[in-house]
Amino acid sequence: MTLDIRLPLGAFFALLGALLTAYGAATLGEPATAPTGVPIDLVWGAVLLAFGFGLLALVRRGR
Amino acid sequence: MTRLAWIDYVVMLLYFAFVLGIGATLRRYVHTSEDFFLSGRSIPAWVTGLAFISANLGAQEVIGMGASGAKYGIATSHFYWVGAIPAMIFLGLFMMPFYYGSRARSVPEYLRLRFDEKTRAVNAVSFAVMTVFSSGISLYAMGKLLNLLLGWSFDASILVAACVVLVYIFLGGLTSAIYNEVLQFFLIVLGFAPLVLLGLRAVGGWPGLSARLAEHATARGFAAGAYTRSWAFMGHAAANPVGVEWFGLVMGLGFVLSFGYWCTDFLVVQRAMAANSMTAARRTPLIAAVPKMLFPFLVIVPGMLALVVSPTSGVRNAGPAAAATITSTTATNLPQPPPTSAPASGVVPPKLDRRTGAPLHDAAGRVVLDYDLATPMLLVTFFPAGLLGLGLTALLASFMSGMAGNVTAFNTVWTYDLYQSYLRRAAPDSHYLAMGRYATIVGVVISIAAAYVAASFNNIMDFLQLVFAFVNAPLFATFALGMFWKRATGHGAFAGLLAGTLAAAAHHGLSLPVGATVGVKGGYLGSLTTYPSELAQTFWTAIVAWTACFVVTILVSLVTRPRAPDDLPGLVWGLTPKPTDPTLRWYQRPAALAVLVLAFTLALNLVFF
Repeated sequence: MTLDIRLPLGAFFALLGALLTAYGAATLGEPATAPTGVPIDLVWGAVLLAFGFGLLALVRRGR
Repeated sequence: MTRLAWIDYVVMLLYFAFVLGIGATLRRYVHTSEDFFLSGRSIPAWVTGLAFISANLGAQEVIGMGASGAKYGIATSHFYWVGAIPAMIFLGLFMMPFYYGSRARSVPEYLRLRFDEKTRAVNAVSFAVMTVFSSGISLYAMGKLLNLLLGWSFDASILVAACVVLVYIFLGGLTSAIYNEVLQFFLIVLGFAPLVLLGLRAVGGWPGLSARLAEHATARGFAAGAYTRSWAFMGHAAANPVGVEWFGLVMGLGFVLSFGYWCTDFLVVQRAMAANSMTAARRTPLIAAVPKMLFPFLVIVPGMLALVVSPTSGVRNAGPAAAATITSTTATNLPQPPPTSAPASGVVPPKLDRRTGAPLHDAAGRVVLDYDLATPMLLVTFFPAGLLGLGLTALLASFMSGMAGNVTAFNTVWTYDLYQSYLRRAAPDSHYLAMGRYATIVGVVISIAAAYVAASFNNIMDFLQLVFAFVNAPLFATFALGMFWKRATGHGAFAGLLAGTLAAAAHHGLSLPVGATVGVKGGYLGSLTTYPSELAQTFWTAIVAWTACFVVTILVSLVTRPRAPDDLPGLVWGLTPKPTDPTLRWYQRPAALAVLVLAFTLALNLVFF
């Protein structure tokens, strides 16, 4: 194994999650960002953030 | 057309930066041709497993299965639970020991080791042509979709996507493709999961979806459960929207086509060959089978939802402010859902006449829907800015992973099976490494050219796909006899492949689906029989091809000289020691994983019976 794939994966999803969470928080209350009644950017951003950090934690534990 | 917000572009740019970054990082680890083409056989099973499934998760899967979900309902899951999982299990348990254990570097090379040079040449040439054209078709579909959905330039879309794929494969070879396929796998799963959740929420969950699809089914003359039950109406082809009866489905799709693809197609088998041990190689398709059996919920259900959600739900009913935003960012050149003509067309727009731009109607006067837009339309209906960027990036990832799979398979088969075998045999390894990189460039350039051919002559691409189907259908008979019957000979295999291909062409030429016109759909040799649907015709063509190849291979093998048994260890069952895993606990062994996957697949079939 040349590179632990979990490292770029974790970094990518953590960054993506942080981006979506921040955007979701900044636009909270605007109907266009919660069209189905769910502030989905905020919620799904948090899911991606947790997934990304989970992968990074696995990399750290593996070292 | 939908206009994107800045956040959507940032998400896409982040994705491009990471896939290129992975390629650039891996370049330093590529020293030999085996590093470039086979990842130095160093990748763990969970990575090759996810790459195995991701290489198959191209446009056809995400867009095509969504389209089939809208067209046929949950019966589309047969392509997974019947048409994929059993074959993947068979590959892992019984065929990988030969592919991996023989140290063949490609599937065509296995054919040379087992049979002879001419059998390998037929497979290598047809496969190389098939991969670059498949890649081109995928590229064309992506360019067309982005143009229709976002108004992006067709030329720019395909050039940017093709260049990104080219750069990361050129730099890091198969390892780069595999790593990016893992990233693309998670992106597709995490990009489409919220679509399913929001869509189901909008229609009242699975019960709400079933109730709405029941109305749709009865309006089309089927039983109420025809779109939400996978087996109950397969007794007769006319009783289900797929237009296929259970025997044709199980034999045609579940046996011939499925085993022919999953067990012999180098595009997917190459991922398993990159694994770091025999056990890892055997586990690769079994690990891939776990997400594969759940994919119907990710790619088929969106199509079913698109058919029944209200066109004013999602982003479009978010109140006056949202409505104003959407109106200001939504132009009108995207075909709109038919207003009242169909009882349940949801957000699926009508298919438009290319010349007049008017909606097309079928023989019964009903509006013909453009099912390929089912999933993309659901995406722009439910996803707000931000998540829309994620969804579209997931869509892009699916196109790119499919293309990368084709290009890496092409560069390997070209370099090892054609260039090294017939053009320059004994060059230094660095020469073949360089050739692999040049082949990557050539593969991408041909893909782009094929995309333009598809854009100009749609029927030519239909014709090419038909020829590929003829070539592929008999292949599993050749491999099955080669691996499990030591008496099979090279002359038998070669004659069987030709006979199978000719039988497929003859059957197709003598049959026609109901309502189709003579031509690329069949009937060009006369009309001997009619099938209730195109799928039924495809399945039976495959059955005929496989049977012809199987029978002719046996007959010719019996009258030609077989190879000595001493030449066949590692290549044929019975002459090869069975792989054992003494260091693994019972639940870690491939057989245990296979039983678990099979049991779960059976349960899914029963739940949606």
